[in-house]
Amino acid sequence: MDRISDIWGTRNPHSRGTTWPARVDLHLDEGLTEAQVDRWVPSACVLCSNGCGCEIAVKDGRMVGVRGRADDPVNGGRLGPKGLYGSTPWSRSPDRLTRPLIREGGELVECDWDTAMGRIAEVSRRLLRERGPLSHGFYTSGQLFLEEYYTLAVIGKAGIGTPHMDGNTRLCTATAAASLKESFGADGQPGCYDDVEHCDAIFLYGHNMPETQTVLWARVLDRLRGADPPVLVCVDPRRTAVAAEATVHLAPKVGTNLALMNGLVRELFVNGWVDEDWVGEHTVGVETLREIVSPYTPDEVARICEVEPEDVTKAARIFGTSQRVLSTVLQGFYQSHQATASAVAVNNLHLLRGMLGRPGAGILQMNGQPTAQNNRECGADGDLPGFRNWDNEQHIAELARLWNVDPLVIPHWAEPTHALQIFKYAEEGSIGLLWISATNPAVSLPESARIRRILGGDCFVVVQDLFRTETAELADVVLPAAGWGEKTGTFTNADRTVHLSEQAVSPPGEARSDFEIFLGYADAMDFRDADGRPLIGWRTPEHAFEAWREASRGRPCDYSELSYDRLRSSGGLRWGADRLYTDASFPSATDFCETYGHDLLTGATVTEQEHRAQGADGRAFLKGAPYHPAPETPSEEFPLLFTTGRTVHQFHTRTKTGRSRPLNRAAPEAWAELSEADAAKLGIKDGDRVRVESPRSAVEVPARITRVPTGTVFVPFHYGQANELTATVWDPVSKQPAFKTAVCRVTPCNS
Amino acid sequence: MQLVIYLGLVHHAEQTLAESFRVVGHGHADQPDVQLICEQLAALSDDHVRRLTPVVDRYGEQHSGADVEEPERLHADGLAEVRQGPVGLLRDLQDLHVLGTLVQTTWTVVHQAAQGLRDAELIGAARHCSAETSRQLAWLNTRMKAAAPQALIVAGRD
Repeated sequence: MDRISDIWGTRNPHSRGTTWPARVDLHLDEGLTEAQVDRWVPSACVLCSNGCGCEIAVKDGRMVGVRGRADDPVNGGRLGPKGLYGSTPWSRSPDRLTRPLIREGGELVECDWDTAMGRIAEVSRRLLRERGPLSHGFYTSGQLFLEEYYTLAVIGKAGIGTPHMDGNTRLCTATAAASLKESFGADGQPGCYDDVEHCDAIFLYGHNMPETQTVLWARVLDRLRGADPPVLVCVDPRRTAVAAEATVHLAPKVGTNLALMNGLVRELFVNGWVDEDWVGEHTVGVETLREIVSPYTPDEVARICEVEPEDVTKAARIFGTSQRVLSTVLQGFYQSHQATASAVAVNNLHLLRGMLGRPGAGILQMNGQPTAQNNRECGADGDLPGFRNWDNEQHIAELARLWNVDPLVIPHWAEPTHALQIFKYAEEGSIGLLWISATNPAVSLPESARIRRILGGDCFVVVQDLFRTETAELADVVLPAAGWGEKTGTFTNADRTVHLSEQAVSPPGEARSDFEIFLGYADAMDFRDADGRPLIGWRTPEHAFEAWREASRGRPCDYSELSYDRLRSSGGLRWGADRLYTDASFPSATDFCETYGHDLLTGATVTEQEHRAQGADGRAFLKGAPYHPAPETPSEEFPLLFTTGRTVHQFHTRTKTGRSRPLNRAAPEAWAELSEADAAKLGIKDGDRVRVESPRSAVEVPARITRVPTGTVFVPFHYGQANELTATVWDPVSKQPAFKTAVCRVTPCNS
Repeated sequence: MQLVIYLGLVHHAEQTLAESFRVVGHGHADQPDVQLICEQLAALSDDHVRRLTPVVDRYGEQHSGADVEEPERLHADGLAEVRQGPVGLLRDLQDLHVLGTLVQTTWTVVHQAAQGLRDAELIGAARHCSAETSRQLAWLNTRMKAAAPQALIVAGRD
């Protein structure tokens, strides 16, 4: 088995409504057999957002491989190349961090935990005394466990009391959350992966599933090769593997998603494909939406997006006349400008047809990272725990009771601060302590030269990670963290399936779990509740999970029925039912909803009064916005569109996948994709080194001539080069950076 | 008919607001959201000015003259330049809000007169433009609320 080249593995074709056959994938270190493995420890894969159930192979106290769990609802035993080859090699990499580091005389030097935590607590106390809680910022991840996020959320919101908490979830999943909140009143994935088995049409919007979620794509392929395959529609400017399978491939020009979506929505209206009764009963806003989309005729869409008008009508007809449509959405929409409005438009298509809450009729607003969902639920990012509404005093009072603190301690005068604004405050000097856990912003944030300058500046930076990442190199204190398999905790994938991931081995050296690190900080700071008891009343992950169950009870993401015992005996379990909104009742009532919503054009918040006046009360919102061009459009100086994305063999900034020999060999360095026409015009041949330059910076990489649209350049983001070029600009609602819509020029390096 | 005075006033105020949004957006270009949204909100005011044109063609407009002193006093100056730093941004957004409020109340007055005149075209324009002015004000309000604590409590003088 070589799953580097055979990415999706063997096919198991089956027909609609039948169970997806199991196929167990296994990878062990060279020379090892299954029989030689000492123990198999249950977990789930963390090398994409799919959340495939797996077992970790342990031999002589080391993680030596992984095997899919045949009975797992997510993957039926399968694992993708990243999961197979990237899950364990990093864990015994010689460059693991094993001791804390502290900056002395400009150098990072090893020290013990008391010294490292003592320095952090000293700076933290001084800043709190001199400048108050708004001097603190926390930037975390989409890769910690639920228990760690929740603990950090309580520390940040009730211990320190700062609104400056976000995660790199802002880069991957903020728009998924924002679109669900705008349409339904609260976050929460409406559909589930089982919808693949039941659908008769599947739409992928800006979702390069074959490379980002390989096992889910295998699931789609098994339907496509079966007896009654679903019709596939691909919306992506690139000629991806999805496009190759699609009945209709809509390739909108980079930065024009919303115009296309408005055109599709309009087609439903003008062709009578709207379920008027359902819409009247279960939604608000239909007339305004009809008005907003009315100018987007197929010809107008064709003009803006540079697609064929017939393809627009053809795709819309498929959506309008199928009985069970599944839609999946990812970064092509989320990381473009007008991101939330475009993702909401997908929800609109489903609402207009009453197409959700039943098998095969589902929406999957996807995540980019394995545990992003938990950050959204637990509120260590720009949300409040339990999908609570920052603008609802009753919700704040609930949290204050739960934590036994004064409600005034919990910042709720505005939405929690988003990532790029946190870095802006650090740049301006008003944030004096920035704590970064399990993420590498020096590579992953836009305009990375600027980010490195901020991290290397006056702000006191704490980094906890597995390795000395580019970000760790700039820190004042570096804390060695335990990784997956070296600690216990739960996490929830993009279809709400919760897995318990058990500790399989000990972390190296003095490395500690992120959970223990946060507890250590809480101890050092001696955070207390209103009665003088320790604010964090739990010492183990299981107790943290129990505290979270109480925090989520009665909210849309209710975990109160789940426990470690149940997860141990059943494997992956979904919170909520298999599908949300089966009764077409949405969490939109003013007193219950997670947000009163936003103006999709500007991001202005809707007030409580305005929300109440709309009288949604269990009905979903149909919202829209007109298209406008991206902030950067090609010019004489920068004539090409610049877009970024992923490759199947790497994950994120390669912290783990870059340490797997087969994966790294398959994709060792960055490249720039150009169309044949552009390459010919510029005198560039496949493999030539080229200089790609944006208004921010320039990088040099080898060129690949591919089927990107003429006028567009693509660079994968894993290697750092891409974000030297991207712009600091974000969606007004989700605040997700627009990594995919910049401009550039390309020149051969030898000229 | 005195309506022409208010048509002149709203015309002028929308132009001033559009220009001022551009000045603030451009001047605070290091705040990417401010730059981007101010540009979009300026475009809304540009559109309002366009919508006024056919109405002004019918009624005319009057900015000044012997019998119209009051609107001159009501005119607000736009923002010619921006202030610096986090508090400066806050003050600039607040000034835009003051201008926007003037635009909105002027539309309210025009809307009332349009109803009295049974002028469907003007009623439509006033209703549309007033709603969009609310959007402009809502964004300014949202942005100020988010920025105020950091600017007033933690940020240094700049």
